[in-house]
Amino acid sequence: MTAPVDGVSAGGVGSAQERPGPTSNSDLFFTFNRLALQGFGGVLAVAQRELVERKGWLSREEFVEMLALSQVLPGPNVINLGLMLGDRFFGLKGAFAAVAGMLAVPLVIVLLLTAAYAEFSRLAFVSGALRGMGAVAAGLIIATAIRLMTTLGSNRLGPPLAAAFAVLTFATIVWLRWPLLWVVAGLGTTAVAIAYARTP
Amino acid sequence: MSGLLHPVLSNADLLGLFAHFLVLSLLAIGGAITTAPDMHRYVVDEHHWISDAQFSASIAIAQAAPGPNVLFVAVIGWNVAGPIGAVATMAGTLLPSTALTLLATRWGQRRRDTRFVRAFKTGLTPLTIGLLVATGWVLARPYVAVDARGLGAIALIAVSVALMLRTRISPMWLVALGAAAGALGWA
Repeated sequence: MTAPVDGVSAGGVGSAQERPGPTSNSDLFFTFNRLALQGFGGVLAVAQRELVERKGWLSREEFVEMLALSQVLPGPNVINLGLMLGDRFFGLKGAFAAVAGMLAVPLVIVLLLTAAYAEFSRLAFVSGALRGMGAVAAGLIIATAIRLMTTLGSNRLGPPLAAAFAVLTFATIVWLRWPLLWVVAGLGTTAVAIAYARTP
Repeated sequence: MSGLLHPVLSNADLLGLFAHFLVLSLLAIGGAITTAPDMHRYVVDEHHWISDAQFSASIAIAQAAPGPNVLFVAVIGWNVAGPIGAVATMAGTLLPSTALTLLATRWGQRRRDTRFVRAFKTGLTPLTIGLLVATGWVLARPYVAVDARGLGAIALIAVSVALMLRTRISPMWLVALGAAAGALGWA
């Protein structure tokens, strides 16, 4: 257990040099393997906890920035996040080590489960267990979102405007059901333009 | 219905499957799950390779299993055409987005101190947080209802959020709690 890392690093400048990083490609592989195997219902919540709170490889601000990029770029978010983090420390090999670590063992497990599910899906307790795990998975994502909200305080847009953009994003997706492409093109462009005007 | 029985796809069909997922990869802004409706249209409605129920179960299994949610793509491929189907859908999903992500990251990393790249990150961070809450909401919605199981699910979600924020408990234990509560019919 490492000591909790203070997520509110001064001004969010958090340079990578001050933080511990992975020691090797196999460190990357096994760290991502470990977090993927804990990631029931998605890896994001565990990734935040492992990479930021436990390992301290990224500050909260860096994690959110990387996550933002991985969400805007096409493709699975946590895979993109692994690619970026691996690439930052060890280049192409690091990127592939992180993604291989995240996928190899879970892929085998999920395919075994697929074969088994066809046999056992008629049992009520099996579908019930799937429901319960799904509900917890939703809770984990919500908790991760709440924890990352602290980064809005140091956002250069200013906390009120940053919070407004977060709420608008939620509303356009959940209530208006806009395709994500519209949200990013509309709200994203506006937010980046305002941020550009306020960036020295 | 056995998990080991799947339709036999011709090479042309397999190539079509691969090509379709290749295109979807580049449209998967906000995560692979955002292209699930179009995958459904292709493999269920258009080609009838798997049933509606098999499609939904594919996503639920990947959610319940450890690992990234994108593995539901492999499960769909497996249900469509066995191991070679899983390879076709996973490779199709990962190759284009991986190449693009690596190129874009390196481009951005070289220019990370420029005004544009800094503004880009600053502007998108609030959207990321809004999007995360929306994802949690969308995942929670099917379980929330005003009956005994629905209220159980709401309690389960609330307990998960509280324990994640207040303690350093591993999420694995919470998922185990969810599985037990669900198996007993409480949620």
